Amino acid sequence: MSAPIIKIDSIAKSFGAFKVLDGLSMQVMPGEKLALIGPSGSGKTTILRILMTLERIDGGHIQIDGEHLYHMERNGQLLPADERHLTRMRQKIGMVFQLFNLFPHKCVLDNVTLAPMLTKGTPRAAAEKRAMELLDMVGMADKAKNMPAQLSGGQKQRVAIARALALSPKIMLFDEVTSALDPELVEEVLNVMRKLAAETDMTMLLVTHEMGFAHDFADRVLFFDRGRIVEEGKPDEIFRHPKQERTQAFLKKIIAAGHRV
Amino acid sequence: MTDWSGYLYLILQGALVTVELTLMGSVLALIMAFVAGLGRLSRFFAVRALATAYIEFFRGTSIFVQLFWVYFVLPLAGFELTPLQAGVLGLGLNVGAYGAEVVRGAVQSIGKEQYEACVALNLGRWQGMRHVILPQALLLMLPTFGNNAIELLKATSVVSLISLADMTFQANIVRSQTGNTMLPFATILILYFAMASAISWGVRTLERRMARGLDGVRT
Ligand SMILES: Nc1ncnc2c1ncn2[C@@H]1O[C@H](COP(=O)(O)OP(=O)(O)OP(=O)(O)O)[C@@H](O)[C@H]1O
Ligand SMILES: [Mg+2]
Repeated sequence: MSAPIIKIDSIAKSFGAFKVLDGLSMQVMPGEKLALIGPSGSGKTTILRILMTLERIDGGHIQIDGEHLYHMERNGQLLPADERHLTRMRQKIGMVFQLFNLFPHKCVLDNVTLAPMLTKGTPRAAAEKRAMELLDMVGMADKAKNMPAQLSGGQKQRVAIARALALSPKIMLFDEVTSALDPELVEEVLNVMRKLAAETDMTMLLVTHEMGFAHDFADRVLFFDRGRIVEEGKPDEIFRHPKQERTQAFLKKIIAAGHRV
Repeated sequence: MTDWSGYLYLILQGALVTVELTLMGSVLALIMAFVAGLGRLSRFFAVRALATAYIEFFRGTSIFVQLFWVYFVLPLAGFELTPLQAGVLGLGLNVGAYGAEVVRGAVQSIGKEQYEACVALNLGRWQGMRHVILPQALLLMLPTFGNNAIELLKATSVVSLISLADMTFQANIVRSQTGNTMLPFATILILYFAMASAISWGVRTLERRMARGLDGVRT
């Protein structure tokens, strides 16, 4: 069996006096599709943001692909990571945001080509060729010259997925990527993600309130509450036969709110 | 009967000096605005302190006194400047200090999510600033930059203090030579207004063109 691609070792994170994460540990295997579910405020987004280096940890260790994320090894000592180390580590990770975060002043194609050209020195022609392949994959090739303001939410999110994929990360983080969309646009984004899961061996971490999708998509589901993993297991175990009371209560509430499982 | 065409020529010569001062001063002001405005957002304390000192000093003292220093005091320290150089330097530094706050405000008003997208795409700080933040911030800066340029135009009349023959200076000459106040000053009133209108129009056009890029199809 291979080594985990993500190894989180008793990390802590507080916002002011409020402890969001307190000694959380978890591991993700290469190629694994992981769904993170749990009530609002349980720390799901915070975990993804920490992995993307958008938030720093207060304690603990994270290893990505066998290397420390927030620490550098120098002469056998662990030092806090500097910007150069973080830049190198970020190459392995991509993130798709709830609100897309497209660059409004750049057309769809330029949104996708910007980072490869700047961070990898990819020549424009090669970057555009790859971008068109990705846009084609997410069904947005015909809108390559449009500005983001002309797109629907679902279209924007598909472009944002293509943009993150353009850097070929080993790990992709998805934070409630459909929750800002009108209901009729959710499916087009989920379809892209299904395709991605089927066609690539990327490791994917998904935070979602779409329980039906989490069930079909994930190899493993983690149920979070108050910054801790309350229960984890195969989708069928978590969704059909949850063992913990809190998991049962959460799923009941979700179903009552009209989400299908 | 006075020969007005000769005097008009004099005023137009002054107008040329005013335009020259406004253009060159604006270029310097623009450079200073970005240097000091981004300097105030620097990670490094020394850079922030330097930028803040520049901004506060030039906003806190009058352009009149600044010009006096640039032209009459700097030479004592060995910096000999022509009146035009002194005028451009004084005006550019003064208006640049106001512009710096515009740059800082516009950059800070770009949403946190744009910075986070830059991190997620692994852009360096400067790459993100240059390709993502500044192009969006520029649109927000433009209207105020237009106002600043008009302020600079109006401030050019202080250069007569350092014997630069700008439009106001020439109008005064005409007045003292002809005894007529109405005609020369009505003339420069119109000219100043025309120049300010040209600046407004230019900035508005630029703004419209940039804003159109945000919701149109790029071809
Ligand atoms: N920048 C911040 N400053 C202060 N508190 C924060 C900040 N970010 C998150 N929190 C708090 O940390 C807790 C965990 O937030 P997080 O966004 O990770 O939850 P979540 O599980 O993603 O919830 P949701 O399902 O609502 O998105 C919440 O109580 C939230 O209010
Ligand atoms: Mg969240």
